[in-house]
Amino acid sequence: MPNTRQIRQRIRSVTSTQRITSAMELIAAAKMRRAQQRVLASRPYATRLRDLIGDLVSRQSASGADETHPLMQVREPRSIGLILFTPDRGLCGGLNANLSRAALRFALDQGHPVSHISVGKKGNDFFSRRGREIRAEFLNLGDFPDPVATSPIARIVLEDYEAERLDRVYIGYAEFVNTAVQMPVIRQLLPVEPPEEHEGETLGDYEYEPDAATVLGGLLPRYVEMQVYQASLENSASEQSARMVAMRAATDAAGEMIDALTLEYNKARQETITKELLDLVGGVAALEKA
Amino acid sequence: MPTHLQIIALDRIAYEDDVDIVVLPGEEGQLGVLPRHARIVTLLEPGEVLTRKAGEETALVISGGFAQIGPDHVTILSDAAEYAEDIDIERAEEARRRAQERIADTRTTTEMDMARAESALLRSMARIRVAERVAARRRRQPPGPTQPRGDG
Repeated sequence: MPNTRQIRQRIRSVTSTQRITSAMELIAAAKMRRAQQRVLASRPYATRLRDLIGDLVSRQSASGADETHPLMQVREPRSIGLILFTPDRGLCGGLNANLSRAALRFALDQGHPVSHISVGKKGNDFFSRRGREIRAEFLNLGDFPDPVATSPIARIVLEDYEAERLDRVYIGYAEFVNTAVQMPVIRQLLPVEPPEEHEGETLGDYEYEPDAATVLGGLLPRYVEMQVYQASLENSASEQSARMVAMRAATDAAGEMIDALTLEYNKARQETITKELLDLVGGVAALEKA
Repeated sequence: MPTHLQIIALDRIAYEDDVDIVVLPGEEGQLGVLPRHARIVTLLEPGEVLTRKAGEETALVISGGFAQIGPDHVTILSDAAEYAEDIDIERAEEARRRAQERIADTRTTTEMDMARAESALLRSMARIRVAERVAARRRRQPPGPTQPRGDG
């Protein structure tokens, strides 16, 4: 049984760990709220763009246009690109492991060479350790990357796709379902799949200048950039909420450990006192006998 | 009847107000929009959006995108948008210099670095151009309203 001094030291160290984890929980909670606001703030742009592209595509197919835009043409997938968003840092529960494993499983299932574009340090480390081909890496974009920071990611895959170095591009990130649940998802980014039937106002009576095909050509790259940006927003909201939950669990665990150690400490202390008392009583008795 | 103008950037709604006239950086030159314009959707170049409301002018810089124009509304979607007077010319110049150095530096010419530097360069150049124009205009007389397109 450890002595009281050792137990006291243990308690002190666990208490300071608890202080750190509870501070991290608060920080993550604040960042999560900010990340969620950013997700909301990006919705108007996304909705409009989706509506417009949906309208353009349905109009083109209605008019029987024979030309599909190069970014929408489906090619035989010979080489595949996978953009994977992961956090730069750990201490966020199983998020990193889940993301990396989902991406690896996906890559191995393809049956074609997959080159990785890793956004975030953890995923990058994971794939380089496994010797996978890394086409590009974007590290330390920060907790709240702005569109300027994410647009080069889209640019790289667009260039590779147009040059036919990549025939298909997927994007993987942690989707923010709620504070407790973040789901790794992998979506197709290129070729662009027309948005599902858009609801709300019909755009029917707008004229496109100079013409629909030109406008669509201008919008598609932006659509890709928008999707990359939104993936980064989702991913950072997920990261912060995963960290918040993990740190809350750590804080609780530290509290339980402190309770257990305090109990042990009190027992040890009592034992020492009892022993001392026994010694004392024994000593007195011995003296009295003499 | 005023035109309801909305400028929506990727990360926020940058501007929203009822205005008398909007001048947009169209693909084929400037495009002035007055109320009761025909419904069109058109692409925009990186440049300046100028609005006038009750004689008061506001200039914003957009990074390019498109506009959805109707009789009572103009909606602009652009990756980035900011007020021209918020642009710090010195900082923009600084950014341009850094980007040019990075492009010139042969050691950092991985494609990613290049892509990043190029986008920084283009952005800083557009901002400098508009900020200078706004400063120059402020020294001169404010211009009259631009004519809307004839076919509008």
